[in-house]
This record gives sequence, structure tokens and C-alpha cells, in this order.
Amino acid sequence: MADLIFLAMMVVTVGGALVALEADEIVYGAIGLAGSLFGVAALFFLLGAPYVAVFQITVYIGAVAVLILFTVMLVRTEKWAKEVPPKSLTKLSGILTGLAVAIALALAVVASDLSGDTSLQNTASFLDIGRLISTSFAPVLEVLAMVLAASIVGALTLSRVDKDEDETA
Amino acid sequence: MNSLSDFVLVSAMLFGIGIYGLVTKRNALRLLFAVELMINAANLNFIAFSQYAPFATPGTLLSNGVGQTFVLFSIALAAAEAAVILAIVVVAYRLHRDVDVSELNSMEG
Repeated sequence: MADLIFLAMMVVTVGGALVALEADEIVYGAIGLAGSLFGVAALFFLLGAPYVAVFQITVYIGAVAVLILFTVMLVRTEKWAKEVPPKSLTKLSGILTGLAVAIALALAVVASDLSGDTSLQNTASFLDIGRLISTSFAPVLEVLAMVLAASIVGALTLSRVDKDEDETA
Repeated sequence: MNSLSDFVLVSAMLFGIGIYGLVTKRNALRLLFAVELMINAANLNFIAFSQYAPFATPGTLLSNGVGQTFVLFSIALAAAEAAVILAIVVVAYRLHRDVDVSELNSMEG
């Protein structure tokens, strides 16, 4: 049963990733990306990390995917309908590079004895994670809060429209 | 139950697809998709290795909560990054009516 769920989620994850990059309409691409992120969240569940899985769904599908969809709606043009396909040489080199990296990583995994581990060693409880975040990693949390605040201010500053600039545009 | 290598192989596939997208695509939003996919591949590796770590002992700094904590931080960072990139895309569209990165060369020396 777990194998079946794993296979299904693998198909969702990898297929969603392919749709995200190859769909003709970029809106479908955004939806494919959301599907892929959902598949990764399901894999987190299978790995015994439900808190991270729920966090992934909340942040990625709840916030990032919706943000991307809104941006797509804002910047959609007719020009994209006839999006120039990449040159076949570029496409070939892209496929070769991606395959080379994936195969190298896969070979490294196969050559190691990782496949011997077949069960979860232990799973951290919510308490463990909370304790780690608020003790050992408390400074990281503070820095991350500042990074988030700075990115929000930066994004707002970037996309601000001055009144006179807007009239000339 | 699935072994660790299954998850790592899925992660390798995601990472390869992300690299393929980075090499071939010229649309800024597609590039963002590719980067997000690669970030997720890395996160998947973090969780997989932390759950199977043979040296993990509960309650210590080496417990697998560390891997999950890292991924929580990583997801938050990726969200901040996505917000900034999307703001840049909107600005680029307002200035150039286009989000093709090969056309956005006004800063070229």
C-alpha cells in the first residue's frame, strides 16, 4: 500500500514538474508546479514528517502558487501565445545537462549502501522541532524573520508605482 | 516501506528537470519554476536523510528534528525569494512589456 502511494506521488511530483516547464500556457505551468509541490508534500508525509508537509502545503500551495498565478494574470500578453520554442541545440543541451546531473546523482546513490536502510530510524515529534527552533536555532529564526521583512519591503519598493511615472508610462 | 534511495532518486529526477528548465527556458516565470523545483529537490533530500540517519538519537542535536528544522527555514527563504522574483518580473513587464530574459539587457555593459 505504501509502495502504491509512493509510486503515485512520484508520478505526480515528476509529472507536475514536467508540466510546469513544458505546458504551452504558462497558467497550466503554474498549476503543474503546484501539483509537483503537493507531491513533494505527500512524500514528506510518507517520510514521517507531517509538520513539514503541512507547512509546505500552506506556504507553497497556499501562498507561492497563488502569488505566481496572480503574477501570471498581471503580466499575460498575447505574445506568449506564440512563445518562441528554444532552438533545438539549446533544447538538446538542456536535456543532456539535466540527464547528466540526474544520472550522476542516481549512480552515486546506487553505488552507496543507502538502499539497505528500509525503515524510518526515528521520527521527531512536534515537541522536538519546536524545542530545536526555539533553543539551538533561535538566532537563525531571528535572522530569517529579518530576511522575510526585508524581502517584503524590497518587493513593495520594487513594484511601487509613482503617480507621475504612471502617467508617462 | 520504501527505502531511502527511492526518495533520493525522486529528488535527483526533480533536480535534473530543474536544471533542464534553467538551461532551455527564456521566460522569467519558467526560470522561477525551475528554481523552485530544484529547491524542493534539496528539501526532499534533507528530510529523507534526516529520517534515516543511523546516528540520529532522539533529544540531541543530532536527532532528525534538525533536518526538518532546516527544511522549515528553507521553505520560508524560498517563499521570500519567490516574492522578490515576482516583484522583479512585474517591474520588468511594466518597463519592457515582456518577461523574456534574453530581451532584458538594458543593464548590459
